[in-house]
Amino acid sequence: MENYYQPEMECASREQIRAWQDERLVNTVHRVYKNVPYYRNLMEKKGVTPDDIKSVDDLHKLPFLTKDDLRDAYPYGLLATPLHDCVRIQSTSGTTGRRVVAFYTQHDIDLWDECCARAIVAAGGIKDDVVHVCYGYGLFTGGPGLNGGSHKVGSLTLPMSSGNTERQIQFMCDLGSTILCCTPSYAAYLAESIIERGLRDKIKLKAGIFGAEAWSEEMRHDIEEKLGIKAYDIYGLTEISGPGVSFECSEQTGMHINEDHFIAEIIDPVTGEVLPEGEKGELVFTSITKEAFPLIRYRTRDICVLSRKKCSCGRTFVKMSKPMGRSDDMLIVKGVNVFPSQIETVLLNKGYPANYQIIVSRENNSDRLEVQVEMTPEMFSDALSQVSAREKELVEALKAMLGIYAVVKLVAPKSITRSEGKAVRIIDKRKLY
Amino acid sequence: MTVKQISVFLENKPGQLAEFTKLLEKNEIDMRAMSLADAEDFGILRIIVDDSYKTVCVLKDAGYVCSITPVLAVEIPDKPGSLVKVLDILGENGINLEYTYAFITRKKDVAYMILRVTDNEKAGDVLSKNGIRIYCQHEISELFD
Repeated sequence: MENYYQPEMECASREQIRAWQDERLVNTVHRVYKNVPYYRNLMEKKGVTPDDIKSVDDLHKLPFLTKDDLRDAYPYGLLATPLHDCVRIQSTSGTTGRRVVAFYTQHDIDLWDECCARAIVAAGGIKDDVVHVCYGYGLFTGGPGLNGGSHKVGSLTLPMSSGNTERQIQFMCDLGSTILCCTPSYAAYLAESIIERGLRDKIKLKAGIFGAEAWSEEMRHDIEEKLGIKAYDIYGLTEISGPGVSFECSEQTGMHINEDHFIAEIIDPVTGEVLPEGEKGELVFTSITKEAFPLIRYRTRDICVLSRKKCSCGRTFVKMSKPMGRSDDMLIVKGVNVFPSQIETVLLNKGYPANYQIIVSRENNSDRLEVQVEMTPEMFSDALSQVSAREKELVEALKAMLGIYAVVKLVAPKSITRSEGKAVRIIDKRKLY
Repeated sequence: MTVKQISVFLENKPGQLAEFTKLLEKNEIDMRAMSLADAEDFGILRIIVDDSYKTVCVLKDAGYVCSITPVLAVEIPDKPGSLVKVLDILGENGINLEYTYAFITRKKDVAYMILRVTDNEKAGDVLSKNGIRIYCQHEISELFD
């Protein structure tokens, strides 16, 4: 039997959902035009006024918003309420090292938590569950989002945060965790660790909610089999709120987008034209209930497909496929957004040439990021200790910029493959899409 | 008072040293001493050659990253305890040794040590004062004849 957290929304008629969207879109557009000079400028440049937007049908008239806009408007430029009314900031990495910050009022947090609660309930979560959250807490939205969702459901919440696998497993056994929330790669790693320790019979997990990075169906089956659970996908991005923008139901054939809060479009990433339903393209979101940080036509750069086919779970929200790739060069490594330009910035700041290559691989279901840098006479020394110290300094600078550990490998000059004179910057060996 | 050591960056993968030595062979460069320090992914090869200027030109043309480092070359009797004497002198004078390696020639009963220290001048002074023979570049080249 299917459970819903808010059946009146999740299973509303298409007409009802459309009515909510029309009204909320018009309100949001009026509000940002009035309160946010950045939006007003964008709209004026495109020759659109709020009066041109009467319903979702007019959405395509509005200008797009990109991560560059968020970077340009950093930190307060897109804020639509007085800072005085905000209660939380979350953040994600930006393209050139400058981070993107998102603001939330208490009402925004409540709605975000409700979205996550819908995901937990769709995964079979009830008040009696023990929800084990090992997404990172802090600026990253993973931990706070699922934590809030679990509270809304009324489940017992274990705010584990990431890392310390020993303790994760011990608490899982001792406190009877039933729903696991983390990145799929960490879930796979935990599964292996649990089996290695012979503790498979000691865990009570029934479901997992895994997101923040791409994962394949094979990986899903592997995790489900090893942990004896059902594994559900969850999708989100800090700019739009965090996890819970969309979530999987029992059908496990795509993620329902919370359409009472977000309007989804699929566009051609090159022309920007809106594509008909069922076509593959870039996912664009408009948040229509956010108070502090509403984004209009935000280009996610995630490539996917939308489907309005009737779902056996009873939910009427549109479903999005797992992201099938990116329309930019962003990489998601260990759940963290990594842009090659960030790595380039670090190299140039530290006096290295921009001859580099990024190799992402997955070993034992865990992501590994390697940055290969070509050796130069300036960096070289006859003393191993000096070269190693420089290498270590670079590792630390990359960690500070990216938030994750990258292996630095110094290679011979001109050894990085160049095709047609242009270096191949990224080699992703993970085959996730 | 010092001799020129050539240090070369080599990636740690099969065939690198072979390729490097082939280049020396092709250019008729004679190596007198060699030492290889290895880190995880790369190594630093240090060599003493007959013609350091020519060697550096050849290496740079071939795309190697290399540098010239002044190091001390000392002669010690080829018998137990003679290295201790050299190291004791350095230690007593507060001179830190970064790395060292040895070589011999056809000359009987003596060995040669290459010393990379923090302060070449000071090390040279105290070693000379204690009667240890230090070779200059010119003399080292003659060892190749």
